[in-house]
Order: sequence, then structure tokens, then C-alpha cells
Amino acid sequence: MSTFLGMPSLPVFGTGNLHAAESFPTAAHRELGNAQLRANLGHATHTIRDKRLQVVSELPDWEQLRDAGSAIKESVMARLPELLEQFEQNFTARGGVIHWARDAGEANDIVAGLIRDTGETEVVKVKSMATQEIGLNEYLEEQGITAFETDLAELIVQLDHDKPSHILVPAIHKNRTEIRDIFLREMPGADPALTDNPAVLAMAARAHLRRKFLTAKVAVSGANFALADSGTLAVVESEGNGRMCLTLPETLITVMGVEKLLPTWQDLEVFMQLLPRSSTGERMNPYTSLWTGVTDGDGPRNVHLVLLDNGRSAALADEMGRSALHCIRCSACMNVCPVYERTGGHAYGSTYPGPIGAILSPLLTGIESEENSSLPYASSLCGACYDACPVKINIPDILVHLRSVDVDSKRGKKKLPSQMDVGMKAASWALSSGKRLGLVEKGLPLGRLAAGPDHKITKLPGIAAGWTQSRDIPAPPQKSFRDWWAKEHHGPETGGTNAPARGTARADAHLNAQDKEDGA
Amino acid sequence: MSAREDILGRIRSALRDAPVAPQIPRAYRTSSELDHDALIHLLVDRLVDYKARVCVLDAAEVPERIAELLADARSYVIPAGLDPDWTAGPHFAPDGDRRRVDSVSAPLTVAELDGVDAVVTGSAVAVAETGTIILDGSPNQGRRAISLVPDYHICVVNAADIAGILPEALRRIDGTRPLTMISGPSATSDIELERVEGVHGPRILDVIIAR
Ligand code: SF4
Repeated sequence: MSTFLGMPSLPVFGTGNLHAAESFPTAAHRELGNAQLRANLGHATHTIRDKRLQVVSELPDWEQLRDAGSAIKESVMARLPELLEQFEQNFTARGGVIHWARDAGEANDIVAGLIRDTGETEVVKVKSMATQEIGLNEYLEEQGITAFETDLAELIVQLDHDKPSHILVPAIHKNRTEIRDIFLREMPGADPALTDNPAVLAMAARAHLRRKFLTAKVAVSGANFALADSGTLAVVESEGNGRMCLTLPETLITVMGVEKLLPTWQDLEVFMQLLPRSSTGERMNPYTSLWTGVTDGDGPRNVHLVLLDNGRSAALADEMGRSALHCIRCSACMNVCPVYERTGGHAYGSTYPGPIGAILSPLLTGIESEENSSLPYASSLCGACYDACPVKINIPDILVHLRSVDVDSKRGKKKLPSQMDVGMKAASWALSSGKRLGLVEKGLPLGRLAAGPDHKITKLPGIAAGWTQSRDIPAPPQKSFRDWWAKEHHGPETGGTNAPARGTARADAHLNAQDKEDGA
Repeated sequence: MSAREDILGRIRSALRDAPVAPQIPRAYRTSSELDHDALIHLLVDRLVDYKARVCVLDAAEVPERIAELLADARSYVIPAGLDPDWTAGPHFAPDGDRRRVDSVSAPLTVAELDGVDAVVTGSAVAVAETGTIILDGSPNQGRRAISLVPDYHICVVNAADIAGILPEALRRIDGTRPLTMISGPSATSDIELERVEGVHGPRILDVIIAR
């Protein structure tokens, strides 16, 4: 391993579809108004969630697999330069060609150039997060090259000129009737008698793409894993569209983030157990393809791999945030996230929605990117994502860390204390002493006045306005818990009507002691 | 500076805190204690769960079963290295008639494969716990395209090649071969999460487990 001796460079952030056009609160506000979306999403996330729990509980060594997966990824990050060089050597030795891309623009240029070299103007595509991240389809279109998405959900989204809203089931926000209407409207030669039965719709997609698969000369894919010690790439899929693209064309161009490496073939045994169960809730996905460079007489003759940085090195530079790069894009975190379930994926703006997107997108673009700086706040910090994550990414901790980075970066920009600073100061004053809190709580009835007759506060002033932008707050209770408690129990000494249990006596004693400690 | 040097430099710079690669705890299972019969039983259960069709036979019964399964196929393809006994006998058409033979040296075109109704292959290893069959491109399994394009895949698994769990299976395989892992027929759940078998890959998978 070579040691880096140069000057430490400043992080270089990613470009492409990593930014929202608008901030999360604005987008979420709009998406929350879409009841159909919420119904579709709720059904879908709950279905996958239940399946996942079931197949995960079948494995007696699930936690051990997570531990191994987490440690393998941590070791990949620590040894990334060395592993990349090892992978490059092995992939190249078997006839593959490697290209390096600093950012989205460079990656798009490389792919377009490779396609142009073949003389083709059409390519088939396997669903890939990396190519969505760099906006490859749009770029190719500008260059006069048509990219056909072949994954059913991606096809639906592409035909509808929409954007994916989930990393595993990109059309999760659409129901069968909507899909039938899209097919009838956009699919040339679609049978006008098409029903909204999923099997019928899937067969319509099969017929639509069959000719493309059989005649395509060039395919573009992503990769789920790259094994450094053998130079092998892996694509995990269900429909067989992946196999079609990876084996039938003459030229295969794969775009992959540098973080997707695994050190050894042996490590695959861990990840091929973690990934399918976490993502679709199956024991194993229907098809996985693995290829190592070029194989004589079997599969594409020209095999290219574009290794993408696009902000990954910047994410890696954040010692607390770097484990976001462990993500294997299983989507388990979004299926359990209460915020995702209500807002849907589009609200996050970036290619990466949900809890992982809330940390990965700002890490890749830099928290100073205005549109992404609100993402770390798009969470209730309930921790469900951490429990679900097969590689144990501590998403809640990184969210909190990024919030502090965001606050610091904003504070660095303005001199005057913000409303948030003032509010936090006040809260810390009140919360640091029981007496003070009691005093503040005396103001609760005022809140009821603000709420009006329906007992809902729909608009808060100043910085708190963001909170009420997409939700109402119930009016505060007439009295504080503290007052209620005092009234109901009159304390242990006075022997109130509801004789207190031992625990409550201790709680009261504790409160009193705290007040004394504060010198109040 | 080339993009390669630039990116590797950025990564090294990002790692200037010199994180130490941790020991990998491999306390997960690497073998199963299942006996021969239990392995077969589990594999059948898992394959059926994926809507594959399965039968368990003595090796001697395999050719007759294949002939039965192929009865409705107007044409079928086999890899040149398929066990000759499996498709020997009066039920099987001679080469070039109903039967096509594919090999690396004499491959069928994609269009020819598209015109074929069925394919018969062997397999390298199977994983009982996940219902997975692994093809590694050996001569009895052939090029990846032949088990992909025809609509109907008949796959013979030797009972001796069944591993209990994934780590056992992957340890028996050379990772640098062109590999296909198959768990049931092709399927999609993209429309309201309702599983539909058969999108682009074979719509029907018939597995014959040969004892
Ligand atoms: S963060 Fe974890 S749970 Fe979420 S997609 Fe990535 S690997 Fe899956």
C-alpha cells in the first residue's frame, strides 16, 4: 500500500441528481397533500416490511451477519485506495477496461463516448442508482442516444416522464390503474383492452421490450458488488432484464461508485445473505449475475467499468459520516421510516430518498448545498432505520452530526444569533431546572388561547413556522403534568387520595433533590 | 493529473486520519448440519415456495422425466456437454430436428434461441436454505444465454451438489467463471408488490433433483 504524502486536498463534492430543486419542507408539504400517494406507499412499505421481518427471523445468525457486513464495509473504507488498485488489476487482467470519473459530467461523457464508438444510437439499461445519480439518460438523450429502461418499475417511471420515488421499487407511488393508463398512453402498440391485472401488465412490458433485448448491441448497467481479489462484478435482480442486458449485447458498460467494493470472494457470502432479505424480503432474489472481465464465447466481448467518485471521497473525509458509504441500497431503512412513509421519495429531491438519502445526499454534495441542508432534519430520530439496516449504519447519529455541521456552517456565515440560537438558549435555561420549567409551564393556558376553538395551532410565528407548515399542533393541555400530578397526589407526606406507590415517592424525592442542586 | 490519480489522491486525503481496518468477525454460520435427505427436502420446499416445479427422482428415471416434460415443446436446446444419457432414447429427436445443440465453438444466434421453446441444463451447486441453483458455465450448463432466452427451463440438480447454506455453496465455486444464480423463475413485484412470475427470463422453471 502506498502512503499519501501530498497536501491534504479540500473535499470535492458531487454533481448530478443529488440536489433537490426545492427544499425538503416545501416538497414534503406538497406531497403530503397527495392522499393516493400515501395510500399506495403505506400499503407497499408495510407489505415489504412484514416480509422482511419474517425472512430475517428465519436466520439464527442474522446479527452475526450484520456484524460481519458492517466490519467488512468499514475495512473497505479504510483500505479503499489499495482495494481499488487491486480490483483494477484483476478486472483488467481478464479483459475488462476501467475508466475513472471524478463527477457526474465526466462519467456521462465517458459513457456517451463509449456508446458512440460502437456506432449505436440505442442502448438497453439495467436499473442502476449510479446512472440515475449522474443523470445519464437525460444526458444521452441530448447526445442523440436513446436509453431504454428495462426494469418494469423503471420502465413505468420512464414512460410516465416521472422520477423514481424508491430505490428498490421506483414506481411504488403508482397503483395498477395508474400504470395501465400510462401503458395505454405511452406504450406503442399497447392492447387497448389492457386490464389493470399486474400479470397482464407485466406481460405487456415483456412484449414491449423483447425485441429490444434481442437486438441491442450495447447495454448499460450498475453493479451491486465488485470483488477486489477476483475482479468480479455482481448484479442482483428479479426479472431477468438484468441477465438480458448483461449477457446478450456485444458491449457492456457498467457505472459503479467506488464504495461498492468488497475485499474478497468470501465476503460475497455475507452480502448475498444480507441484501435480498433486507430489500425485497425474499430468501434470495430470482437472479444474480456475476462476471469477471470477458469470458470467451459467453457474454459481451467489450466490457467497460466506469468508477465514479462524484462526492464519495468528500463523504469519506467526514469521519463520522463516512459509514454512510457502507450502504448497499437495500431500501430497508425507507420501508420502516415514518417520515418516508408519509412524504414519499420525491420530497427528498435527490436520487437517494429516505433515511439514507437524508445523510448520503448532503454528504455527497456538502451540507452547504442549500437544497440538501434541510435533509438531516427530515427525521424523527426514532431509530427504526438503524435497526433495519443490514450493515448497521447508525443513521440517527449521523443525522444529528450533520445537523450540528449544518448549524455550525450557518453560524459561520451570519454574525447575529439566529432565532434558533435564542430559542435554544431559552430552552436550555428552562429545562435545566425543575422550578424554572414549572414557571414556564404556567404559560400553557396561553397556548390554548392561541389554538382557538378547534384546539389546533395551525400557524406558529418566526422560525417555528416551519414546524406548522405541514402539520397542526394540538393545543397544549389546560395544566402541566406537574400541576396535574401535584393535584392528584398531594405528595407522599400529605397522604393524598391516591396513595402513591414507592416509585412515585422516589420520583418526587428526586425532583426535589434536583431543585436543591440547582440552588433554586 | 489523470482522473485516476486525482480520485485516488482525494481518497487518500480523505483517509488522513488513518482508520484501521477492523478484524472481520465471522461468527455467522458457514456450514449446516443437515443430512442428505433433509437437504433435498429443504431445497424442494424452498423451490416450490418460489413457484418452481420440482421432482425428486433416481438418476435412472431422469431421461424419461425429461422426455415427458419436453413432450409439448416444438423445439429445445441443450448445451453440448449435457450428460448424454439424459437425452438419449427414442423420445428425443436427433440433432438438428427438434433438438438444437449449443456450444461456445458453435453458438446459436440470439434469434435462433428466441425461436426455441425449452432448454435443458445441468447445474453446478444448489443452496437448500435459499432455494438457489448456481450455473457456472461448465459444459453441461452452457453459455448464459441458453438458459435465459427460451421460455421454459428444465434444470437437473445432482443431489450430491446440494449445499445447505450459501457460504457452503459459494466455497465450492470458482468466482471468476460467468455465474448465474437462479431462485425460481423470473419474477417481478413492481406493481403493488404483487408477485408475477415470468417477465423477461424463463416463465417456467422445472427442477429435477437426481438422487
Ligand atoms: S442505509 Fe442500510 S437500510 Fe438503508 S438502504 Fe442502505 S443498507 Fe439498506
